[in-house]
Amino acid sequence: MNENPGAESFAELKRREQITNPQSEVVHFPASEGLPLDSGAVLAPFSVAYQTYGTLNADKSNLILVCHALTGDQYVASAHPVTGKPGWWETMVGPGKSIDTNRYFILCPNVIGGCMGSTGPSSLNPETGRAYGPDFPVITLRDMVRAQARLLDHLGVDQALSVIGGSMGGMQVLEWAATYKDRVFSAIPIACAARHSSQNIAFHEVGRQAVMADPDWCSGLYLEEGKSPRKGLAVARMAAHITYLSDRALHTKFGRNLQDREEVTFGFDADFQVESYLRHQGMSFVDRFDANSYLYITRAMDYFDIAADHGGVLANAFAGTKTRFCLISFNSDWLFPTKESREVVHALNAVAANVSFVEIDSNKGHDAFLLHEPELFDTVRGFLSAAARRRGLADASAGA
Amino acid sequence: MTMDAAVIPPEVRSADTARVDLLLIAEMISPGSRVLDIGCGDGALLRILSEKHGVDGRGIELSQAGVNQCVAQGLSVIQGDADTDLVHYPDTAFDYAILSRTIQATRNPRHVLEQLLRIGQRVVVSFPNFGHWRVRLQLLLGGQMPHTDTLPELWYDTPNIHLCTIKDFLALCDAIGAHVERVVALNANGTKLVSMPLSTQNLFGEQAVFLLSR
Repeated sequence: MNENPGAESFAELKRREQITNPQSEVVHFPASEGLPLDSGAVLAPFSVAYQTYGTLNADKSNLILVCHALTGDQYVASAHPVTGKPGWWETMVGPGKSIDTNRYFILCPNVIGGCMGSTGPSSLNPETGRAYGPDFPVITLRDMVRAQARLLDHLGVDQALSVIGGSMGGMQVLEWAATYKDRVFSAIPIACAARHSSQNIAFHEVGRQAVMADPDWCSGLYLEEGKSPRKGLAVARMAAHITYLSDRALHTKFGRNLQDREEVTFGFDADFQVESYLRHQGMSFVDRFDANSYLYITRAMDYFDIAADHGGVLANAFAGTKTRFCLISFNSDWLFPTKESREVVHALNAVAANVSFVEIDSNKGHDAFLLHEPELFDTVRGFLSAAARRRGLADASAGA
Repeated sequence: MTMDAAVIPPEVRSADTARVDLLLIAEMISPGSRVLDIGCGDGALLRILSEKHGVDGRGIELSQAGVNQCVAQGLSVIQGDADTDLVHYPDTAFDYAILSRTIQATRNPRHVLEQLLRIGQRVVVSFPNFGHWRVRLQLLLGGQMPHTDTLPELWYDTPNIHLCTIKDFLALCDAIGAHVERVVALNANGTKLVSMPLSTQNLFGEQAVFLLSR
């Protein structure tokens, strides 16, 4: 990590522009239509930035809501405005793909608390005329989902054909199904859980402490100070990134291979390829993500516990649901292991819900949901087609 | 009344020629009902039920490969075990709970059957009849564990750990107070054995299908 602390890269300047002036569409909800939060605070005014793909049909029955993960964004199937990299789920979303843009209307909003155009800690606080920073209210996944429901209202869509997402996106899918039962025809929660585990909270805390230990975090006021806690955020990302992989994946990819050298240097350079890889992951992350957003969104995940919101019984959250569920997990995912998905399945069985559950054999760990996994694609395609048939949508061959 | 090969739809014939029991089960299910198929395999029965009978069908399958295949076809199936996972369902959650050719592979058939009767208004169970004459003959004359079309695996790699005869199963139904609404035995050609005494069905039936209620 040989960068000057606090240095603002060109990419970071480009990123900051996305906070106030995102490349995607934005809906602004005025102060009179503020968003009530679980904490009791009201976020007003607030904005939701979003991307869409495909065409909404006449009876507005073909909308698929994609919920993004912790460090994801709305650019699910189009180039990222800062990095220029392809959309994060182009393997899944596109013409003729499992989430077929020729057939469905795909909506992906940036979560509130995020940093790509939806209201978050780097947005302007109307009361002070400066960025919220640490004055931004603590939000929950339910708050994020509430904001998304407002976006659906704005688009005039009563019910999504499907709500789908992986990791934190999958947790939002479960929240959607619990909070807005009538608005979710089908739900595909992938690689997730109905609550954030103690181990996962622990990892998040390590990440947050890394950010806050960076003197350039400036107690959360780094924007005003013209600084950026790049090192802290990079370390947070490095620790988190390990949890997205698996021991086997790391071993296969790097083993104990050395980086551009024949032997170890008896120093603290990145001797090993895996060190070099993680440092690169950390540094490229800070170019596209805001440190305070990272704190707020990880916190929102930590607070997530659907059962606790329903008298301690997960099944109560889904009582009377008519939603068709398809849960998917990966057997090498140790961040959101299969048993977490199975607990949701058991709760859904307890209310005789319509549920499918697929565990996919993969050595790629938690990140598998973002990668090339043909069994994942087949499952999503088959499940969505059946849901669309049930919803009375014309077949793919007949067009959207 | 006979059932010849011509009546068997191609989806069943291609999946498994010996599975005429599936058609018989499908006959027993009222259209539009809610069905749980335990041990649904590749989803052959669920497909027939949902496509031809408008049934709201769900499945449980032990093998992950079978589950993934079913879900990719749009069937609602979860990976699970009849012995351990039926307890998660509420009472009378389904109009029918179906256990086709699986009970003999469960660890605790009595418990499984009791669970089925709890979660289904009616229960359909099919199983290979260990009282069939060929089975009896192989053991009597050959002195070895029977090896037939419905029991194709050798003793050391068969999943069937609780085989029974039609008479044995009736005794279990009696013991747990299940009401037997219908018993159909099928011979090796898949023909129904009708108007025959129980002991004859137990001798000539290669497999049996039971319709039970509480």
